[in-house]
Amino acid sequence: MLKVRDLVVAYGGIEALKGISVDVPDGQIVTLIGANGAGKSTLLRTIMGLVKPRSGSVEYNEENIKDLNSQHIVSRGITLVPEGRRVFPNLTVLENLRIGAYLRKDEEGIAKDIKRIYELFPRLEERNWQMAGTLSGGEQQMLALGRALMSRPKLIMMDEPSLGLAPLVIKDIFNIIRRINESGTTVLLVEQNANMALKVAHHAYVLETGRIKTEGSGRELLENEEIKEAYLGKKKK
Amino acid sequence: MELFQAITNMTAVSFAQHMVNGISLGSLYALIAIGYTMVYGILLMINFAHADIVMMACYFALFGITTFHIPWYLTFILTIAATALLGVIIERSAYRPLRDAPKNSVLISAIGASFLLENLANYLFSGRPLHFPDIPFLSSMIDLNGIQVQAICLFIPVVTLACLFLLLHIVNHTKTGMAMRAVSKDYEIARVMGVNIDNIISITFAIGSALAAIGAIMWGIRYPGITPYLGVMPGLKCFIAAVVGGIGNIKGAVIGGFILGLGEILIVAFFPQFSGYRDAFAFIMLLLILFYKPTGLLGEKMTEKV
Ligand SMILES: Nc1ncnc2c1ncn2[C@@H]1O[C@H](COP(=O)(O)OP(=O)(O)O)[C@@H](O)[C@H]1O
Ligand SMILES: [Mg+2]
Repeated sequence: MLKVRDLVVAYGGIEALKGISVDVPDGQIVTLIGANGAGKSTLLRTIMGLVKPRSGSVEYNEENIKDLNSQHIVSRGITLVPEGRRVFPNLTVLENLRIGAYLRKDEEGIAKDIKRIYELFPRLEERNWQMAGTLSGGEQQMLALGRALMSRPKLIMMDEPSLGLAPLVIKDIFNIIRRINESGTTVLLVEQNANMALKVAHHAYVLETGRIKTEGSGRELLENEEIKEAYLGKKKK
Repeated sequence: MELFQAITNMTAVSFAQHMVNGISLGSLYALIAIGYTMVYGILLMINFAHADIVMMACYFALFGITTFHIPWYLTFILTIAATALLGVIIERSAYRPLRDAPKNSVLISAIGASFLLENLANYLFSGRPLHFPDIPFLSSMIDLNGIQVQAICLFIPVVTLACLFLLLHIVNHTKTGMAMRAVSKDYEIARVMGVNIDNIISITFAIGSALAAIGAIMWGIRYPGITPYLGVMPGLKCFIAAVVGGIGNIKGAVIGGFILGLGEILIVAFFPQFSGYRDAFAFIMLLLILFYKPTGLLGEKMTEKV
């Protein structure tokens, strides 16, 4: 579905991505783990059209989307749940969901999807008319997820959805990610919380200062000694 | 004591007279202040050219009626449309190319746009004051139980409030308004939602400039001496009104406009000896608000755009 090839992205003179290739096959959950500053967010922002790469290609369903602007990328079925949630604090919960469906014209479908998201996150329905800025961190993350789903994405990219959340909430979020994927949406998940992320992943990449260091199935990486030490906080025996 | 004397010296009739004057001036300030606050809300910049957009609208209306002999009501509609277009053109040519530049560059460009409009008007229309044409009924004086008012004064507050309610409806209850609010908080994520930022910014300038045109037309009827610099002082006061009300907040701009307009007129009415300082009132209000409530009356805490 998504093929990233030899992608180089630079901010000013500094290369944040130094030529990386990533494949996201249809229907899977692909995870990218890496330390702070490795370039994870840069990859997602580049795919989304928010940052223009220096070289390389981003192919989505055989089409090169590298030079499209975000608006056209969204309309092709890609969306992003950004790092730090970034819900619109001055919009109500309902409006945040509605703006997720900004490019859609099917009012009935939108109403149905809002209902579906409220079934997925009952806490949000209770806060329907509240300004999103007044929600707790976990609620904001759910809203950011719901907002992304409102565009009916085929590929949903998530940037550290567990960041700063309580362990119980994180468990909820990962359950939801699994459910979103089971309903047919492809997921590209970026995480520092490697343990949880690798458990849900079909395939995973390890990113280190702008380069792919290793890749493999989620289980392979979970059992890889080096990764255990570097990302799972377990010492080699 | 002095205030007490001043009030008791004033008859009910002359008090009513001053109130009418103050409310209509306040309404005009409010209409213009909305434009400053909307642009600030979305671009975080002071659109210095806004004052000159008001001036240009006065000339559009003046020439439409006197030179082109277009019926006044049609002229007003064309003026509003042309002014909205002018606002959009200024945004596209002076601000859009600097979208990713530092804020100071955009401010300098705004000052440049303002000078350009003033000098263009000076060159094309001469610096000599031109007389805004008399509009049937609206320009005439009427007598309300001894209060002498220009008929337009009865319409100004009504038109202003109607514009305010329409605008609040657009901003709070339409899809475009929702996008405007989203863009004002987070450009990048608004883009990720599929919002075309440039369109939304253009719409903001069009609305702000259209309201300025409505204000300008009523200004011309009320104060018919039209010069290339007529926007400068009201523009400054309207910007202050927007700051007093809480910059970025539409209702705040309207409240600020009313406070400044009414305050200015009433000070002169109660203390004729201070009438030379009437323009200072706005600046005193600005100092007071910056000192006691820097975010303005209805302002929220400033959040930097990410
Ligand atoms: N807007 C930016 N301007 C300049 N450098 C940036 C910008 N965003 C990220 N970087 C740099 O690019 C590198 C990768 O950052 P990022 O993609 O945010 O990493 P991660 O998401 O893995 O923490 C870091 O060195 C960071 O400092
Ligand atoms: Mg990041």
